[in-house]
Amino acid sequence: MMTMSHQNAENPARTFGDVRVRPAEPSDLPEVVALDAENTGIAKAAYWKDRFDWYAGHQPERFFLVAQRGGGLVGFIVGEVRAWEFGSPPSGWIFAVHVSPSARLHGLGTMLYDAICVRFRKAGVSHVRTMIAKDAQLLLSFFRSLGMIAGPFVQLEKRIEP
Amino acid sequence: MKLQVATRIALYAILQLASDPRKQFAAAEIAERFGISVNHLAKVLRTLGRAGLVEALRGAGGGYRFRANARRVTLLEVIRLFEAVGAGDHAEREPGAASSEGRALGRVVEEIDDIAEATLGSITLATMQKLVEDERRERPKEPQEGVARAAGQRRR
Repeated sequence: MMTMSHQNAENPARTFGDVRVRPAEPSDLPEVVALDAENTGIAKAAYWKDRFDWYAGHQPERFFLVAQRGGGLVGFIVGEVRAWEFGSPPSGWIFAVHVSPSARLHGLGTMLYDAICVRFRKAGVSHVRTMIAKDAQLLLSFFRSLGMIAGPFVQLEKRIEP
Repeated sequence: MKLQVATRIALYAILQLASDPRKQFAAAEIAERFGISVNHLAKVLRTLGRAGLVEALRGAGGGYRFRANARRVTLLEVIRLFEAVGAGDHAEREPGAASSEGRALGRVVEEIDDIAEATLGSITLATMQKLVEDERRERPKEPQEGVARAAGQRRR
């Protein structure tokens, strides 16, 4: 969890070098599927089509942003405002972020994160949260470097016996 | 989780050195800043040197300098140079560990250790520098170690 008070105020459609962060468009779907497959090794076209239908477009509290360099995409971030899950007041929730390995170490992840936080703040929330696998050290380190710390919730799970 | 004295000294020292990788710091300077023994610090710095994290510079202007990538070195890597993180294999040999109660307790302890390891493994020295800066902004005037210790003794 992280409060958003320490973040830079910025233009949501900010640019950095020749990279621009903007809301995803339906035509971005194939490139998002390819970027995700580059990371996970699995092309999940139907899953991302469903995510596009839910998050892309101009929803007031759902955000699907892409980082564009030249004519192609080099990253994306997806999140939404969630409210009252287990008593939590509305907060920003990031559930996917990816930067192409060929475009890393240029601050693009931070740019995507900052851009979605600007939108969260405009939506009226003051905290941003996410959930990361314990062994995803690169991603954990990335969010830690942005100042995120353990939040007030503990994730639990159990195998459902047959 | 309580860190051993050598581990804390190592973390203080490496954070000080990483705060300005171009600068050479004298061991006495670091020891004074944190109120620690120069001899103990020298031993710790030798371990950090053997791990390739710092280098000792000889001569009149000698001292120690950070020589790693602060964005890649994590707290876990530094801590593991001085102590084990988690219960480790020896916990399985402790009395009662093989009982069902011991194994059940082991599962809970393992869960806690996993979280500690993931946390320490995700915080780089560069991230720690940001936390240090946050602390400095919130409390610009740091008490001198000697003064802080004296104040602590008075409170006790």
